[in-house]
Order: sequence, then structure tokens, then C-alpha cells
Amino acid sequence: MNIFVCVKQVPDTETKIVPTSDGTFIETSSIKWILNPYDEYAVEQALLMQAANAGSTVTVLRVGSLKDTEALRTAMAMGADDSILIEAPDNLDSFMIAKALKGAIEKSGKKPDLILTGKQAIDDDCLQVPQILAQMLDLPSVAVVVGMSQAADSITVKREIDGGAIEIYELKLPALIACNKGINTPRYASLPGIMKAKKKPLVQHKLADVGVTDGDKRLKYSGFSLPPEKPAGKKFDASDAAKQKDVVSQVVGLLRTEAKVI
Amino acid sequence: MIDFSYTDEQKEIRELALKFARNEMRPHAAEYDEKHIFPHEIYLKAWSLGLFNTSIPAEYGGNGFTNVDSVLITESLAYGCMGMTTSMMANDLALLPIVIGGTDEQKKKFLTPFTQSHRYAAFCLTEPAHGSDAAGITTSFKDAGDHYVINGEKMWITNAGYADIFVVYGTIDQTLKHKGISCLIVEKGTPGIEVGKAEKKMGHNCSDTRGIRFNNVKVPKENMLGKPGEGWKIAMKTLDRSRPLVASNALGGAQAALDHSIAYARDRKQFGVPIGAHQAVGFMIADMAMKVEASRLLITKAAWLADQGVENSEIASYAKAFASDSCMQITTDAVQVFGGYGYSKEYPVEKLMRDAKLIQIYEGTSQIQRLVIAKEIIFRK
Repeated sequence: MNIFVCVKQVPDTETKIVPTSDGTFIETSSIKWILNPYDEYAVEQALLMQAANAGSTVTVLRVGSLKDTEALRTAMAMGADDSILIEAPDNLDSFMIAKALKGAIEKSGKKPDLILTGKQAIDDDCLQVPQILAQMLDLPSVAVVVGMSQAADSITVKREIDGGAIEIYELKLPALIACNKGINTPRYASLPGIMKAKKKPLVQHKLADVGVTDGDKRLKYSGFSLPPEKPAGKKFDASDAAKQKDVVSQVVGLLRTEAKVI
Repeated sequence: MIDFSYTDEQKEIRELALKFARNEMRPHAAEYDEKHIFPHEIYLKAWSLGLFNTSIPAEYGGNGFTNVDSVLITESLAYGCMGMTTSMMANDLALLPIVIGGTDEQKKKFLTPFTQSHRYAAFCLTEPAHGSDAAGITTSFKDAGDHYVINGEKMWITNAGYADIFVVYGTIDQTLKHKGISCLIVEKGTPGIEVGKAEKKMGHNCSDTRGIRFNNVKVPKENMLGKPGEGWKIAMKTLDRSRPLVASNALGGAQAALDHSIAYARDRKQFGVPIGAHQAVGFMIADMAMKVEASRLLITKAAWLADQGVENSEIASYAKAFASDSCMQITTDAVQVFGGYGYSKEYPVEKLMRDAKLIQIYEGTSQIQRLVIAKEIIFRK
């Protein structure tokens, strides 16, 4: 089974994000990069599938800058066999990323039996690449998958929907699955794994090598800014029993109209 | 020629160890300290990831880490819990004499099993009446033809209750002083080993510390490291390698105290501003940060020298004394930054302060380090 895992390298959740001075992207020079947490589930799922299907290979792909190859190295240290890096700016739109991934998968010469991704990247939260890629490759796909089992040439996946209900799908392989938290517990990259990863193949392509041009751009980022500072909390005095009813309806009203939580 | 950067691989090794420290060690640190739980399950997991026994060379099944790699790992683990890290380091401390003084056969027999399953080892040097004055130990190794007979008592032995092997120092002839010191590997289950009860301590409560009595313990002669009388040399070389590790345990704890203090100084408001904006607190934290960085540089240099095969006793002593003294100061100040909350067990810093104290004491007190340094710089140069 040829398993491909598409991963993204994202800023560590503890990193302080600063927009660039021209407002077109975020400052990337001081960022500590990590493998997107949802993609860790995808890597783990790929390794579980590999263990269950003798002779399988796991190839990890990433579109992004060369500055740091943290995500691919982590995936290989966890156990992936090899990796492909498509060199590109870190702020490509979802369509270009999907097209680059498609080009790289085709260029690898291996016919994909299963493509795994995280359900979303935690930096831009677009939630688009898995679906666009599946469409481009004409593969069935299910996203936000929290459980997966295999039978012969089909897989059964569980997908979480609003309210915690679960949808169950059966798909014929090849297929694309976008993983959510809960599908598995990602393993740590062991120290021997880290040492071994150094010797695993990492192929590099330019965007042009995988058929992506500037003409593919669908989205232009016009500005990046930090969210406004959270205003201080409001206090309501309900110590006067006579006024309690008014205060409560006032609070409920604000929760509805201002905080929009009920 | 000077380069302070880590390799990609070293960065990953540190990341893994830090992740393990944050996810697996720190969440249990307070509970295991309070209930005196030996974290065997956590150690099993750590072993399976290669975080144990970092000093075993690749040819005997280890990961072939450098001393610099090892100190990075130790610092990161200590960031999770200094007490838990003590047992992990104690394994290396006990295995290092075999790495340094063992024959190929001894290494295969005693080191390789540690790479195949999770085991514990105990370094047995200190005695009830001989701590700093280690050359005066009285545990006797009596030559009895094809074996030695050990008699004596050891004290403050880490991992004693769990050890599969004991690396024991004793003397073949007390009148020879340090020239009589020898080193034997004693396997668990050898008749005559009497492991004492767990000691009650100020800190490092999850680590196992006991006394051991050796009553006519027969050990085959092939278990001796080096020749009779070479034990002292092996012990000293071991300490050159292990002191940077011990110092890293202090450094990881100090870094944790610093990070807790920074976070608290930003959040906690008094007189209408975050307490970090008051110079009295800000300066304390600035001092902590300087000491953390200075410790790290000294430790890295000591470990790097060891990797170059260069004599590092003096710098290793600088590192051990400086990092452990700094850790004591930094953790004490962290409690001060937290004020009343710092003194409470609800917050993590009081445990750091209790744990810090031991690192000024074990593997050569801060005073012994100064003795080594003073001798070296005043009389040898």
C-alpha cells in the first residue's frame, strides 16, 4: 500500500505572532516551527496502516519554505520512510498547495492507495487543502475523521459532526482521509528514530517542477493584523434583591447580543 | 571557530526530551513527590524512546550520543522533574565506569542488556562514614582465588531498591588509600546483598535512595573493572563525564523556576501593575536568567571538552558547582517572586527549591568542587 501523508509546518502554539511591517504576512524569522498537531494524527494513522499492511510505504509531503524542515524530520523520526518537500513561500493559498501536492504525488511515480492529512492547519485554519486535493485527484474523501478501520480494499471511517453525533462511512481505496483528534494517540519520535531519520531520503522540488505557476493563485492576502485586545470583563451588582430580576435579564441580553454565546 | 549552534539533530533530541518532560513528567511531579512514588511506568516509556542510558556507545547497542547530546537531554528532562531525572542519571553514573574501564567482554555482558530491556543500575561509592572523603572508603574486596569477597556498607545509593547491577567501589588494601580503590560489578540476587529501607528526604522524593550492606558477597574476578587498584582512576574519569550531567539536572530545574517566575511576574498584579514591572522583582528575574545562561555555557563547554577527549575536570567542577549553586539561588528566588503562593504546595516552585538543595550535595558537594578547582588553579598551573 502506498500511503502519502500531507503535512504542514506551523508556528508553535506558544509562539508570539507578529504581522510583518508591510502587513502582507506574519514575521517568520523568529518563529519556532512544529509539525501541525492534526497532521501528527495523520502520520500516526499512516504508520498504523503501514504496520497492518505488509510492504507498505509511508511518504510525507510538505509545501513550504526551506528555512526549517522540522515537520518532515519529525514525521520521518516517528517512522515515515521518506519525504518530499515542495519549496514555496509559506503563504501560498489552499488551491496552490493542493495543486503542488497533487503534482508531487504524481511525480513520485507511486500510485496513492491512501492519502492522509490533518483536518486543518492550526495557523491559518483554512480547512480546504484536503477537499481540494481529493477533488483534483478524483478521490473519495472524508474529513474530521475520529476513527478508522480497514477491511480488504475498503476502510470504514467515523466522522464527528455537530453535537457530537458520529457519521460512519465506508470507502473503497484509494481515498483521502483528513484526521481529527481522537483517531489515535500519536507516538513520540524516539531518539533512535531521530538518528535514523537523518539518513532517510528527502526529495526537493520547486513549484514549477510540480506544475504550479503564479497563474494558479486564487487568493491574495491584503492584510494581517492582530485581533483586538480583549476588553475588560463587566461586573454586575445583584446584591439588591429587588433589582436581581433586572440584572439577570440584562446579563442574559448581553450574553445573547454582545458575547453571542447563547 | 567558535560556534554556539546546535545541529538539527540536537534540536530534535532536545525537543523530544522537552516534550516528554512536559507531557509525561511534569504533570506527575507534584503527586509523585508528595506520595513518594517511584515513577517506574514513566521510566519504561522514557527507556522505549531512548531517553535512558545515553552514555552507552553505539557498538554496544546505545544511541552513540556525545556528552553534549547527553547534557541536552538531561537538562530537558530536568525541566519536567529534577527528582525523576536523578534516577535516570544514576543509571548513566553507574554504567559510565563500565563504558570507561570495562573490557569489550564486560561491556557486551553488562551494557548491552540495558539497551534490550529497561533495567536499573546503582553506583555505590559513598559510605556512612565516607562521603566527600571517598578515598577513605572501608568496604573491603578480599581476594579469594577465583573471586572477591565484599564486606562493607554503602549509603545514599540511588536506585538501590530496583537495581539489576551494582557498580561497587571498595578497597583491596586500606593502607594504599586511593591506590587500593577498586571497582566490581555485582549482579542483583548475589547472596549477601542487603538493601536497606528507603530514606526519607527533603526532596527528590520520587527517586529511590537507600543504604546497602554487603555481607560476604562473592563476586567473580572477571567482574572487576580495570586492574585491582584502578578503581579510583575510573571513578574520577566517570565523574568528569557525569558532572556535566548532574549540572544539567540543576540547569533544567533552574530554567523551570525561571519560566514559572516570568509567567507569574507578568500575570500577578500588585500596586496596579504586573509585579515584574517592579524593579525589585524584575532584577531578581534578570539575575536568574543570567545564571541560567551562564550555567548552560559552562556545562556545554565541560561536555564539549569531554567529547574532544580533552581533560575537563576543572571546567566540569566549575559547571557542577556553578549550576547547582545557581539552581539553589534561582529556585529560592522563585519562591520569593511567588510570595505566599510560592511557599504553598499548590504551586510548583517550593518543590523546585527542595529538589535544588540535593544537587549542591550529591556527586561532589559544591565545596568539594571548589577544592578541586582551587587545587587545580593554584598548585598545578
